[in-house]
Amino acid sequence: MTDASRTTESMAIRISGPIVTAAGMHAAQMYEVVQVGSLGLVGEVVKLVGDHATIQVYEDTTMIKPGAPIKCTGAPLSVWLGPGLVGNIYDGIQRPLPGIQAASGAWIRRGEKVAPLDTGKLWTFEPLVKPGEVVAEGRAIGKVAETPLVDHLIMVPPGLTGTVRSVVGKGDYKIVDTVAVVETQAGPRDVTMLQQWPVRMPRPIRQRLRITEPLITGQRIIDTFFPIGKGGAAAIPGGFGTGKTITQHQLAKWSDADIIVFIGCGERGNEMTEVLREFPELKDPRSGRPLMERTILIANTSNMPVAAREVSIYTGITLAEYYRDMGRSVAVFADSTSRWAEALRELAARLEEMPAEEGFPASLPTRLAQFYERGGAVTTLAGERASVSIVGAVSPPGGDFSEPVTQHTRRFIRCFWALDTELANARHYPSIHWLHSYSEYVEDVGLWWKKEAADWVELRTEALTLLQREERLQQIVQLVGPDVLPDGQRLILFIAEIMKDGFLAQSAFDENDMYCSPERQIALLRIILTLYRRGRDLIQGGVPLTRIRSLNCVPQIMRAKSAFGNDELEKLDELKQMVMEETEALAKEYIKEGTLLCTPPST
Amino acid sequence: MHTTFDVEDRGLQYVGSSRIEGPLVVVERVRDVGYDETVEIIDPAGHPRLGRVLDISEKQAVIQVLEGTTGLSNKALRTRFLGESFCLPVSRQMLGRVFDGLGRPADDGPPPLSAEKRDVNGMPINPYARRYPREFIQTGLSAIDGMNALVRGQKLPIFSGNGLPHDRVSAQIMRQARLLDEEVEFSMVFAAMGVKHDVAEFFIRNFRESGALARAVMFFSLADAPSVERLLTPRVALTLAEHLAFDCGQHVLVLLTDMTNYCESLREVGTARGEIPGRKGYPGYLYSDLASIYERAGRIEGSPGSITQMAILTMPADDISHPVPDLTGYITEGQIVLDRELFQRGVYPPIAGLPSLSRLMKDGVGKGYTREDHPTLASQLFACYAYVKRVRGLADVIGEEELSVLDKQYLKFGEAFEMRFLNQGEYENRTIETTLELGWDVLSTLPKDELHRVSDALLKKYYREKEEKPVCAAPLAEGTVA
Repeated sequence: MTDASRTTESMAIRISGPIVTAAGMHAAQMYEVVQVGSLGLVGEVVKLVGDHATIQVYEDTTMIKPGAPIKCTGAPLSVWLGPGLVGNIYDGIQRPLPGIQAASGAWIRRGEKVAPLDTGKLWTFEPLVKPGEVVAEGRAIGKVAETPLVDHLIMVPPGLTGTVRSVVGKGDYKIVDTVAVVETQAGPRDVTMLQQWPVRMPRPIRQRLRITEPLITGQRIIDTFFPIGKGGAAAIPGGFGTGKTITQHQLAKWSDADIIVFIGCGERGNEMTEVLREFPELKDPRSGRPLMERTILIANTSNMPVAAREVSIYTGITLAEYYRDMGRSVAVFADSTSRWAEALRELAARLEEMPAEEGFPASLPTRLAQFYERGGAVTTLAGERASVSIVGAVSPPGGDFSEPVTQHTRRFIRCFWALDTELANARHYPSIHWLHSYSEYVEDVGLWWKKEAADWVELRTEALTLLQREERLQQIVQLVGPDVLPDGQRLILFIAEIMKDGFLAQSAFDENDMYCSPERQIALLRIILTLYRRGRDLIQGGVPLTRIRSLNCVPQIMRAKSAFGNDELEKLDELKQMVMEETEALAKEYIKEGTLLCTPPST
Repeated sequence: MHTTFDVEDRGLQYVGSSRIEGPLVVVERVRDVGYDETVEIIDPAGHPRLGRVLDISEKQAVIQVLEGTTGLSNKALRTRFLGESFCLPVSRQMLGRVFDGLGRPADDGPPPLSAEKRDVNGMPINPYARRYPREFIQTGLSAIDGMNALVRGQKLPIFSGNGLPHDRVSAQIMRQARLLDEEVEFSMVFAAMGVKHDVAEFFIRNFRESGALARAVMFFSLADAPSVERLLTPRVALTLAEHLAFDCGQHVLVLLTDMTNYCESLREVGTARGEIPGRKGYPGYLYSDLASIYERAGRIEGSPGSITQMAILTMPADDISHPVPDLTGYITEGQIVLDRELFQRGVYPPIAGLPSLSRLMKDGVGKGYTREDHPTLASQLFACYAYVKRVRGLADVIGEEELSVLDKQYLKFGEAFEMRFLNQGEYENRTIETTLELGWDVLSTLPKDELHRVSDALLKKYYREKEEKPVCAAPLAEGTVA
């Protein structure tokens, strides 16, 4: 059957918002991409009944009429993979937003078609194989310097194995040019720098691996207390105003992944603009290069069509998998998965599916699982260790964590950073609550941290226990006031306050504070715990708490996080020395023997 | 039964319908009709009523009648499809005029002349083409300017409750809003959905008296107008605002009131269509629908203009977790929350200290925008006021007498913050300097050592030293005071 004959028979018979029903679709496949109407609006087949197809349209369907022609493309919704992805910003179906702006100005017009990658641009290809070599799927046959930070490996596409018959020499090529010919059992196959991959299908790997390394984010409460591993999955739930997006931005900025994919899914337009404005200016703390050189943005803001929001998550994760296949560690940030789930709900309602909890489709948990399971630490087809880490923001209605999206998400993630409205109201950011959050990766990444500090586990436990005890004491204080507590317990309140202000709260805008290196995190924590341990001993020796409170080192500890940079660790050593000297002096004054003090928590 | 016939100059008309329910009319066997097409329903008396197509198939068109279905009958009704989606003629000449909820003149003036017609649904702004909002807008209200600053291109709603003075607060903002560097005045687009006649009268009077009417356009869909009309009113208003901002290069301040009424209309239509309801009966697409309104704010490349949006909504039973404020808060860039307790204590404007938030403030204040100390001051005021709330809770239990000296100072600070900083006159227009100085005055009622978030340099410059020593437990504090 020719395309022309299909075009004439297939037509829309019903239009209801983003859902179009079409007749004469006997040749259509599930999840095939179709073009609707004379504008060629992009849609995807989501249901087939007889020769009727239900199509989910990614663009506004205003004034589409019954009888509008439907054109099948014969392929499922796929993304383009090749050099030029990094630094770009796409909508949910991988249309480049700068290209759309060039074509239709500041507004996104319907039916605008722009290729995801520039097919005319020349890239300098450098071959990594020679003719005669046997290459399997996933093997790099060449590389392209995509940005100063990213060496883009040109890989043999999945499913292709054979002998290199020819490969071009180093030189400038377009992504559609053949750079190598591979002789397979089925005959010679051309390899270009461009691959296409259906977004709803995970890209193949060799095997999954255990997570052993933390994804360092530079955020103290995360790295020290609730770490996420490279290849792990985490959720950030929080009501509005609790700082989900700022926390996500912070992670996207400072995580030590090689590639960052940031998916703005159903969120604010200005937030994406902020990322676009900030990322090129901010420098990666490790390489000193602009962060945009390792970032891919997917922006499907809340006012863009809802069907494209549903698919944006898959578009993002497919791009992430592609860079993972090059042996990279990739981090995906999805803000917000609740908007994605709402898109599912909206589309399910339009399809008149039977709703489950709160109107969400019964398939919600399955869909969430499919998404989060596309992350992980793996061995790639080429045999390299690589990972995709996923951090999903969740926006529970009314900040109530018992709603379906939060609850089901919890089943498929192992790291939970609960944002707290009260902390946010007091402008304590990140408003991750230390008692409601957890990480199951602590054991997995503990070995890595022990290389940084042998007593990492103990420090962490001591600090968390302290915060827990403070919470219980606060309940008493709420009833009777702090004055009735003995000094020993008030010391806990005092140290917890320092811990909150001087360690847990972290400014996203202070130059020194926005990124805190692992070494500095440990040093800061040590100082606070030194004061705690020493303070405990002093109080046992009869020193009143007010004397400890008024030590000169106290305000300095509070401000140490922003006073010193990552390269001024010696200043922190001095500060710790000051804590020891001042406490020592107090001990001499009150305690005759003078040497009751414990040793500081350091090695 | 369904015959079609041609009437001269009036195009194809369909006679009769198969079902009328709530605001919906179902017309069978229509041809060449598009989704979201505008419809004219001619009632038995011969008056046209506007409607639009919600669902179209080969068999039938489901039409939402914007002006009510009262008096329509299946037999006598005639339908005409207008061949385009709902459009508004836009023009600069509309400034100074009052229109109804669908953009038809509601004053004595003639329909505006205009060659330009715009689809009221608008088009999404390409995020890549947005310009990030940065310029500080001075509203003259300390609670907003000092703590929750508004910037040009932001969408900042006011969460209020029934009986709270949101109308007075928003009228004051509209009277006083200024940009700092240039004496640019805003054009104003005002859309009222489901408000009472006297509220509409209040705004018109207020605009007229302050002379603001000449640079304002008002759209009223009053409480007794058909509820479906309200679904178009904010879109009509924003369509004009987009024209004024991005075609004419003006700075436009859009005030939408009351979004709760809008959402109620949406629920009404959804229920009539037999849709599966989401939370509290609101349709599952409420978020996307609200976003299609709120996201029509901002600034774009290639145009000097801007749209700043303030939407007022009344929280049913003052419940901030109700779907309407909840989803709004997820889309807008912060919120100004009015507080009943402050209001009852006579504080005007009763803007709640803690739940209010402006997300874009960080980029529009500080050095180069307002004053270097602004971000720190706001952050410290927030932190101290949060502690005041805790102390007050404690004082309720153990009594004020039992509080520590420091906690008593916090109580005093709280009182000063509310009565001197937040509280101001309805016609008092404070400059940002006044607001900041007032902030330091209030903050200086606390000992210096309590201000953890303020750097030493700023403390030195702005902290008001007092004659008496700050009451502090620390004997060492003496040395650090100077």
